[in-house]
Amino acid sequence: MHNSREPWLRVAKRDGMSFPKRLAVRLGAVLISLLVCGIVIYAITGINPVEVYSTMVSGAFGTRTRLWSTLKEAALLSCIAIGLAPAFKMRFWNIGAEGQVLIGGMITAGCMIYLSALPAWLLFLCMFAGSVVAGAIWGLLPAVFKAKWNTNETLFTLMMNYVAIQLTSFFVAKWENPYGSNTVGIINQQGQEGWFPMIFSTRYFISLVLVLVLSVLMFIYLKYTKHGYEISVVGASENTARYAGMQVGKVTIRTMLLSGGICGLAGFMAVAGASHTISVSTAGGKGFTAIIVAWLAKFNSFTMLLISLLLAFLEGGAKEIASKCKLNDYASQMVTGIILFFILGSEFFINYRLVFRKSEKEGSGK
Amino acid sequence: MTNLVTLVQAAVFFGTVIMFGCIGEILTEKAGNLNLGVPGIMYIGGICGLASVFIYEGSTENPVPVLCVIIALVSAFIGSALGGLIYAFLTISLKANQNVTGLALTIFGSGVANFFGGSLNTLAGRFEQIAVPVTSAAFRQTVPVLSGLGTVGKLFFSYGFMVYLAVIVAGALEIFLFHTRRGLNLRTVGENPQAADAAGINVTKNKYLAICLGAGISGFGGVYYVMDYIKGTWANDGSIEKLGWLAVALVIFTGWKTRNAIWGAYLFGVLYWMYLYIPGLTRASQEIFKMLPYVVTIIVLVISSLRNNRDMRPPAALGLAYYREER
Repeated sequence: MHNSREPWLRVAKRDGMSFPKRLAVRLGAVLISLLVCGIVIYAITGINPVEVYSTMVSGAFGTRTRLWSTLKEAALLSCIAIGLAPAFKMRFWNIGAEGQVLIGGMITAGCMIYLSALPAWLLFLCMFAGSVVAGAIWGLLPAVFKAKWNTNETLFTLMMNYVAIQLTSFFVAKWENPYGSNTVGIINQQGQEGWFPMIFSTRYFISLVLVLVLSVLMFIYLKYTKHGYEISVVGASENTARYAGMQVGKVTIRTMLLSGGICGLAGFMAVAGASHTISVSTAGGKGFTAIIVAWLAKFNSFTMLLISLLLAFLEGGAKEIASKCKLNDYASQMVTGIILFFILGSEFFINYRLVFRKSEKEGSGK
Repeated sequence: MTNLVTLVQAAVFFGTVIMFGCIGEILTEKAGNLNLGVPGIMYIGGICGLASVFIYEGSTENPVPVLCVIIALVSAFIGSALGGLIYAFLTISLKANQNVTGLALTIFGSGVANFFGGSLNTLAGRFEQIAVPVTSAAFRQTVPVLSGLGTVGKLFFSYGFMVYLAVIVAGALEIFLFHTRRGLNLRTVGENPQAADAAGINVTKNKYLAICLGAGISGFGGVYYVMDYIKGTWANDGSIEKLGWLAVALVIFTGWKTRNAIWGAYLFGVLYWMYLYIPGLTRASQEIFKMLPYVVTIIVLVISSLRNNRDMRPPAALGLAYYREER
């Protein structure tokens, strides 16, 4: 065990860190990453870092419209993350949220176009049910093949994204308005059929409430129900689950139906609750970002809300900076990437510790 | 006949982009790391290549074509390898989850590339459309004399040098991975890092090298796309990301063998462009046809899992972090 030459630095596993310490590490990572982002933005635009963040805060929360827009983005992102959480907790790599959201949004848009004559409650029921079922089907396909033949789900779900994107392109071309524009335009601009109603003079209120309710339900589902328990056992070890008499295939399929369904619901919210149109960028990369949100939050829905809010703030803020300096919006993606790297890296310091050679005595004590 | 020739040409252009992405990723995955950051890396490669020659072409009166090409390739390689280094540091040294880190790299890479791609002229204080005519022409220079040989010339010699480079790199990687000692070591790291470690192979070093080199090669796909495919401009339309995911899919299709990437990439190209050659399609139904490469990948995925073919399996330790002190 003891070599003649002890390495200068080695890595040892930690036994579990106390909650305040874990929190401190994560907050530290976020702070350092914000500092780095500030420096990067300074290097590109020459705005001093303090001004950068005050601009970002005013960009994301400055006015009522901006605040609600930030909240809407956060709600959408956390809705997708909530949908992904059960799948990832089961170690089922559902990279297909982008497609599941899109297909849900597409069905919603279809209902708005073809069924606008229905009474409002029936129309909403159709949109709701349609989007959930569509998302669930998109999740079901890879799950069935995974359960029966152990087909690699990471790539299957990834490819399903593009099937959804092409299908959406097809319908966008079919529904285009005005003719030749290759965009659908705002659907039902006149009668606003199928739009979320205004509450507290904002259209996003319902989405926000829906997501908050979903996050509570998902928290309970994963933590306190039999299904949630089965999911965590399958995620920890499939063999254990089988030994305990759980039907792994059934759990996989059931969980992916749920996961895809909630992602489809996010598409419903994105179309009926926000954009009132459909395009291939309706999901806008959120399906991928949400994966990281769910993972970083360790599948805790309330943590997901916080991370989503942080990312939505960055997005809104970076857009403000970009428009101020006549640069483009993608700055927000760059900043998001940097922050994610730091939070991902900080997990290491929670699970492991570094042991230096000179501190060998204390290091090998425990 | 002319239709067929143009289809093949379009397929080769398309295929070369994803071939670079794919063979770089194969090298990475052979070391046991699934890098979902390929689209991001290709983005970084593309923008590094473009930005460096944009600055160079803007700084001199008479840019030298050869120098342009070298600058573009070297900076693309360095940029993408640095992207790979971020991924390698997070997943190997900090043991972060590979899939999640890869996705973060894709977000970061596409953010960086589209940001600079859209703002490069503003930042450089030059308010014209980004264009690098000299470099792009050098990249698109077809094989002299031979490309004039009628149909044969068009089929085999009407491409820029990167098309041939892709095939050469794919071949070289095949030899490296399956016919050299170092390649064997690398594959062992991907199959069974514990055994490799016990045999005295430096797991960490092998993984780092494979990921950074692999990322550099994938980045060439981005630079080829920018210089040749869209002729030295920049488009914020997300197409590199699409191609990057296809490159990841192609890895599965090839069964982790770079020799299969050569024909597989062109086949994907044919599938992608097929809709142009099917009569009677409307603008809407074309979109359905563009699904083909993705659907084919799904079918291949399903079939290979049904057959449980030993020859087509991923490296056994793919996606798992290696920690020496763990049982």
